[in-house]
Amino acid sequence: MNPLVLWFHKLGSPPYFYRLAGRLLPWLWGLGLISLAVGLYGGLVLAPSDYQQSDAFRIIYVHVPSAWMSLFIYAFMAVNGFIALIWRIKLSETLAMASAPIGAAFTFICLATGSIWGKPMWGTWWTWDARLTSELVLLFLYFGVMGLYQAIEDRRQASRAAAFLALVGIVNLPIVHFSVNWWNTLHQGSTVRLFGPSLIDSRMLWPLLVMAVATKFLFAASLLSRARVDLLELEAGKDWARQVALADGDAA
Amino acid sequence: MSYGTALSACRALFVRDFSLVWRQRGDALNPMLFAIMVVVLFPFALGPEPNALARIASGTILVALLLAGLLSLDALFRSDFEDGSLEQLVLSPHPLPLLLACKIAVHWLTTALPLLLAAPLLGELLYLPRSELPVLLAALALSTPLLSLIGAVCVALTVGMRRSGMLLALLVLPLYVPVLIFAAGACNAAGQGLPVLAPLLWLGAGLALALVLAPLACAAALRISLS
Repeated sequence: MNPLVLWFHKLGSPPYFYRLAGRLLPWLWGLGLISLAVGLYGGLVLAPSDYQQSDAFRIIYVHVPSAWMSLFIYAFMAVNGFIALIWRIKLSETLAMASAPIGAAFTFICLATGSIWGKPMWGTWWTWDARLTSELVLLFLYFGVMGLYQAIEDRRQASRAAAFLALVGIVNLPIVHFSVNWWNTLHQGSTVRLFGPSLIDSRMLWPLLVMAVATKFLFAASLLSRARVDLLELEAGKDWARQVALADGDAA
Repeated sequence: MSYGTALSACRALFVRDFSLVWRQRGDALNPMLFAIMVVVLFPFALGPEPNALARIASGTILVALLLAGLLSLDALFRSDFEDGSLEQLVLSPHPLPLLLACKIAVHWLTTALPLLLAAPLLGELLYLPRSELPVLLAALALSTPLLSLIGAVCVALTVGMRRSGMLLALLVLPLYVPVLIFAAGACNAAGQGLPVLAPLLWLGAGLALALVLAPLACAAALRISLS
């Protein structure tokens, strides 16, 4: 068998994934925390202050990466949910469900930092513009997925049902992303472009990109930690989980 | 053994669902009574000034009808699930999405259509401007089937749960938000004398999409819940 395909098949097996995630975790946490420190230092100390907003603009170093992550994690959850529904891969079910609370947390951080910034800048905590509303709907979608997952007794059926709901809710993602282009709103348009030059000064841009990388690592680390626990719970009756539990008991 | 055509299965399902509703026709009026009660609460809470009420009339009616539809969603599959006929439906040789589309259609005709007929009365209670009424009715005619279709997908996911009321609201309401925004957008535009066609066309486009996709999604969701 092709080594890549073989590795992919192995990855789907819970004990193999459990061990691999355990080896990766220290690296992911380390890289995440280091890049977080670098990004925050660059954003809060090194970057020049804005000519209009002075230091208040620095909240974007938390707000914008969280907003990106809120969409990225939803897409990640939906893709894993799709794989779980079509190919019935147990690992994908676990990953999809483990990512939902993390995505909800990032969405909440995005909304909270946004309104903290909005109070002095726009003069209001909240405004019913398209991007804020669609981001709020995204938070409710995360809550719906989590609620449905908790409500069903059978874990595997629960994750399939919740994954399906996540797939239905994916229609909201393009609405969040394009809301600032489609509607004329109070929320500003995007200044960081994937293609073509960004509208933001490079001294302000690099900490933002470092923060974006940091949130990705933190997400991966948090996801793998959660997924390991969920897998142990799901496979509690299996031999390998028993061995892990016994080994942990001996070590303690 | 012959199973009959898909068309005859649909006809049988229509007759069965309609006669079930007819035998419990007292229950069928409950959503309408609920919507009227909710609308009646607003003058008590906000005071009876005609101007203030007229301004919020269309939005209030939309939300009241949306909530009434949400409460009636639970009945879509519950009795069928309890007596086992839902499983027979899933096992039948006819395409499940088609059969579910029939069930959703009957549900819409028996719960949402009476609400739609009650809307002019509700509008009168809240001093809805006469010029807004046709737009409100058009928006409701397009949005209530859309809400039933979206709701059916979510209710299929919660079928078989003992206490699914609050959870169903949590699942359904985020998906209802865009429908409400466009329906209310049409009514507000009518109130200000602006063109109303664009939001109504958006609703129509959504309905066309949901008519095709929602029964398929509903069938997939039902298979997950009953597996």
